[in-house]
Amino acid sequence: MRRAETRAIVLAALLGAGFLLPALLAPWLAPYDPLAVELAAALEPPGAAHWLGSDEQGADILSRLLYGARVSLLVGVATVALSATLGVAVGLAAGYLGGWWDQALMRLVDVLLAFPGLLLAIALVAVLGPGLANVVIALSALGWTGFARLVRGQVLWIKELDYVLAAQATGAGDLRVMAGHVLPNVLSPVIVQASFAVAGAILAEASLSFLGLGVPVGVPSWGAMLAEGKHVLLEAPHVSMAPGLAIMAVVLGFNLFGDALNDVLDPRRRQDGRG
Amino acid sequence: MVETAQKTKGRLLEVEGLKKHFPIKQGVLGRAVGNVYAVDGISFYINDGETLGMVGESGCGKSTAGKTILKLIEPTAGKIMMEGSDLAPMNKAAMRPFRREMQMIFQDPYSSLNPRMSIGNIVGEPLVIHGIAKGKEKVERTTKLLEKVGILPEKMDSFPHEFSGGQRQRISIARALALNPKLIICDEPVSALDVSIQAQVLNLMMDLQQDLGLTYLFIAHDLAVVEHISHRVAVMYLGKIVELTDKKTLFKNPLHPYTEALLSAVPIPNPSLKRGKRIILKGDVPSPINPPSGCHFHTRCPYVMDRCKTEVPPFKEVEPGHWASCHLR
Repeated sequence: MRRAETRAIVLAALLGAGFLLPALLAPWLAPYDPLAVELAAALEPPGAAHWLGSDEQGADILSRLLYGARVSLLVGVATVALSATLGVAVGLAAGYLGGWWDQALMRLVDVLLAFPGLLLAIALVAVLGPGLANVVIALSALGWTGFARLVRGQVLWIKELDYVLAAQATGAGDLRVMAGHVLPNVLSPVIVQASFAVAGAILAEASLSFLGLGVPVGVPSWGAMLAEGKHVLLEAPHVSMAPGLAIMAVVLGFNLFGDALNDVLDPRRRQDGRG
Repeated sequence: MVETAQKTKGRLLEVEGLKKHFPIKQGVLGRAVGNVYAVDGISFYINDGETLGMVGESGCGKSTAGKTILKLIEPTAGKIMMEGSDLAPMNKAAMRPFRREMQMIFQDPYSSLNPRMSIGNIVGEPLVIHGIAKGKEKVERTTKLLEKVGILPEKMDSFPHEFSGGQRQRISIARALALNPKLIICDEPVSALDVSIQAQVLNLMMDLQQDLGLTYLFIAHDLAVVEHISHRVAVMYLGKIVELTDKKTLFKNPLHPYTEALLSAVPIPNPSLKRGKRIILKGDVPSPINPPSGCHFHTRCPYVMDRCKTEVPPFKEVEPGHWASCHLR
């Protein structure tokens, strides 16, 4: 096995064990109710009772962290699923159909990319109101543009290849050529991009929640936990330290995983039986 | 064998004044600042069941000509008469029935097969597109097609990367045959293959022509290959056909100086045999963006006259069945 493959598998295992499984199994793993208010036990430092300490309300930080991972996972996956679907469709249409379609769709992408990303998301959430679904919509509103550009570039190259011409020569219609011949051959870089995009979405959700524009008040989210911790940063740094480190680790993990995937799926390194 | 197949039946394809100019666009507004004259007015016909070879250096427009005839590229001007219907002005829908009549085999066997599709689906897809067969019937017909080109049908579920270059080219041929076409445009189908494999693929193509009555437009840059497979040969230079005649006449009595130079460059098997004067052309093929005035070949012609620099020589029938465009003839 090549080094890149080993690296990708190790990172995938780490992400699975350290993020995906804990998030999915939070109700069974969490030692306490993440919403419990127990003012007597407020701001306890990490110890035997509360492994990562407790916050201002006396809630267990480890439990809140585990439940917060579900929010991150949900927002990350939903945002990327939505933006990738939209982006791939737009990029495919623009690149393959070309001409007027290409001009119109790509100018729209340019316009959207001219907005600072987080600012647009803040504005959208302000209009739509907070809530998980609205966060996903706000982040996807800009997230698809990256996928669209990536896919369009790939399609411009693929559509000139002989196997696409061969399909056209047999009389295949645009839809068949796009779905059967072009799309399957542009997916590798999309998967890599998706991995980076999950990291971006998790970070963006944390930022929005930190600003109070993400999840509703009370729902444990890493960004919101950071915000709660900032009042007591000097007396009890562990309150914001735990979610901060969690965000860093997961974002770093997804970025490294995307990087490793890129090496594995890179067409120049892929074995195609040539030469 | 080649000669016997050449019974002058009806004309299958007739191309008249075919042009393909690619505009060169520059600036934000995409203004056209010039043209690449890839195919600049070519005319020829192919008879039913015959092989017309088309030779020329790389960049002379022979591949573009092939793709334009199939309307994979829209022609700029000219007529493409297939069995009496002009394909040039047709849209995609109108072209559909003609797609069954004409197919293409590509040069690079590595990029002409979709790497994410099994070879069974690659060969069977044309049948599905035209609603000819699906499911079990598609598998049966694909099996027959693969057998015909010498690929084990058990490999139907394998992917292209599991095959060698020669095998992939056979798979391409099977795909081209799926619709029972009359005309197959072969765009340098063997030039990417090892010499030993070239002969196998060429012989397969000739056998298929005999069995199925196929007509080939065979594009190549290798004169030896063209001599082996063609009945008649067209020589292209910089977007134009400069000479067109039957194979024997072309090799014995070339009328155009460019053909002469090409023939003198063909290696001969026995070097102790005296060969004719070797003509070595000076310089490269000029750019098709700004082709030379008058006769396109005058910049490299050993017999160049003043007239050649200003006056375009007409493509005329010098002797019966032998066309050339040169002021000397």
